[in-house]
Amino acid sequence: MTEEILTPEQVAQVFRDRFGAAVTDIRITERREGVKKNPNYNIWIDIDRSILNPAVATLIDIHFPHLAVISGVDAGDAVRLIYHFTVFYGHRGAECTVSFSVNLPKGDLSIPTISGLIPGAVFSEREKQEFLGVRVIDIPDGRRLFLPDDFPEGIYPWRKDETGVPEGMINELWRSKRPVDRPAPPADEKALCELPTEDTPAEEGSP
Amino acid sequence: MSGEKKAPYIVPIGPTHPALKEPVMFTFEMDGEQIREVDFAPGQVHRGIEWMGMRRNPVQIVHLTDRICGICGVSHTLAFSRAVEQVAEIEVPERADYIRTIIAEFERIQSHLLWAGVAAHELGFDSLLYLTWQVREQAMDVIENLTGNRVNYGIVQVGGVRRDIVPEQHKVIEDCLSAYEGVLSKLLDLFLHDRTIAMRCRDVGVLSKDDALKLCTVGPTARASGVNVDLRQDYPYCAYGDLEVRSILPDQYAGETRGDVYDRIVVRLLEVGQSCRIIRQCLSEMPPGEVTAEPKLAKLLAICKKASGEAIGRVEAPRGECFHYVLMAGKEAPHAWKVKASSYSNLMSWIPMLRGEQIADIPIIVASIDPCLSCTDRVAVVKGGLQSILSREDLHRLSVEKTRRLQQ
Repeated sequence: MTEEILTPEQVAQVFRDRFGAAVTDIRITERREGVKKNPNYNIWIDIDRSILNPAVATLIDIHFPHLAVISGVDAGDAVRLIYHFTVFYGHRGAECTVSFSVNLPKGDLSIPTISGLIPGAVFSEREKQEFLGVRVIDIPDGRRLFLPDDFPEGIYPWRKDETGVPEGMINELWRSKRPVDRPAPPADEKALCELPTEDTPAEEGSP
Repeated sequence: MSGEKKAPYIVPIGPTHPALKEPVMFTFEMDGEQIREVDFAPGQVHRGIEWMGMRRNPVQIVHLTDRICGICGVSHTLAFSRAVEQVAEIEVPERADYIRTIIAEFERIQSHLLWAGVAAHELGFDSLLYLTWQVREQAMDVIENLTGNRVNYGIVQVGGVRRDIVPEQHKVIEDCLSAYEGVLSKLLDLFLHDRTIAMRCRDVGVLSKDDALKLCTVGPTARASGVNVDLRQDYPYCAYGDLEVRSILPDQYAGETRGDVYDRIVVRLLEVGQSCRIIRQCLSEMPPGEVTAEPKLAKLLAICKKASGEAIGRVEAPRGECFHYVLMAGKEAPHAWKVKASSYSNLMSWIPMLRGEQIADIPIIVASIDPCLSCTDRVAVVKGGLQSILSREDLHRLSVEKTRRLQQ
């Protein structure tokens, strides 16, 4: 681990040089806010899953990274996992995010664990297993994290295909109307507005 | 359990929380009074907010993000809005950046004071709890004056803020800041120069710098272990790039970093003073102009609907990095949305902190990372096959008794 601070372009170059074709795309975005408009940089690196651990190890060589979280996207025929790291914290205005994006085809949703390098990653890896149905190979703790024990197997809340949350599991509170077995309210109420019934569903996206 | 074994025995705590009113399920493997191993299961109040968000538009989501946390009413909304603004390429007016900063700092003040009160209560210093919470009210009053609400502020909107700060309000803010600067030295003295607090908190619940890095901790928990991280310094957003914010580390106060509960108190209390200075600077340097890029919600929605791309919104919440990833795909609702609250990164640090400590130290150590989950009231102690229920009050009593014993 060195204390040298690289520019976002230099960081990108390290990954291009070391991994060649296994790095499929690198994008650098920036955002400027406030009066002085100092830039914040975000580096997005698309990689093949085979180099996930070597890529994290390379990042550790540059600067021990902070793993913010692993995001997941159901991209139709694949699940995309995005490992959001940050490097160069501790130096004023120098921190930038490095996000490794890995595409997993739905036929083989397995990904190696990175907890050997970043022990704190287990937390987020457990969440990805239960919410997206990916399989983290060699995960030291494969239990569920947030979902209750009685949540059905094979349903993954963030998936947008047939394994997502089915209609029958959704409890729409706004349809339940007022309970009728309660004491009368102390003051008169306004008349209840008409709620859409099952036959005439609410317009898509209406509040 | 067989019943005849003496040690270790298992103490489950939860699914309700012994310290804050937040549910999480702990399982302690005890050897006498000493904690041998710790395990925990969060998710007792998982509400599926990301699932809901992926079925709503950004203008609706900001009201959902306001309600992710009861304390950080602005951090999540700010992080989410900043992500959407980057995807939709919305330029936020500079004045709005300053107003966002001022509200965020008031949030930090009230959150840290709330935490300090809880910490005092866990140690059995209820007079100090009443003092800190009385002092905290002033920040709540100013937040109400600025936003209209004490919690769930509803001030941040995609593209800016919904209310300006007018000249008459400068005096309200100024009064509050000078009151805090007056009382802060008293609070520092009461917390940090008290022999009993030092005995209960020094070298208790230690998190080493190495563990703090490897377990991805953030915010005051990481800083108290000597990790120099503060988004306001490292990755300045809103008005922080214009200000000289430096992260507060315990060695600036005590000359050394031990990474214990005491250091976490030091960092949070000093940050209250830092927030006062930031607010004062923002007030004097705030540029004039609009407070929102697009006041008409229908137009704003149309802009968001057309946007496609992905972005990250990060904010230094009172408990540390709050992180939102948003992927928009030219539809009304985001295609993907990941919320990473600050406590998400800090929970793993409980394990090294609690290992080897005593049962009466559980409340203060658990509270020391300022966990933001949510709480009910039962602790079941399973001992030799017999089960008894320890209530939150019992556990609190154990903690108070330990303080009293030390004072004798």
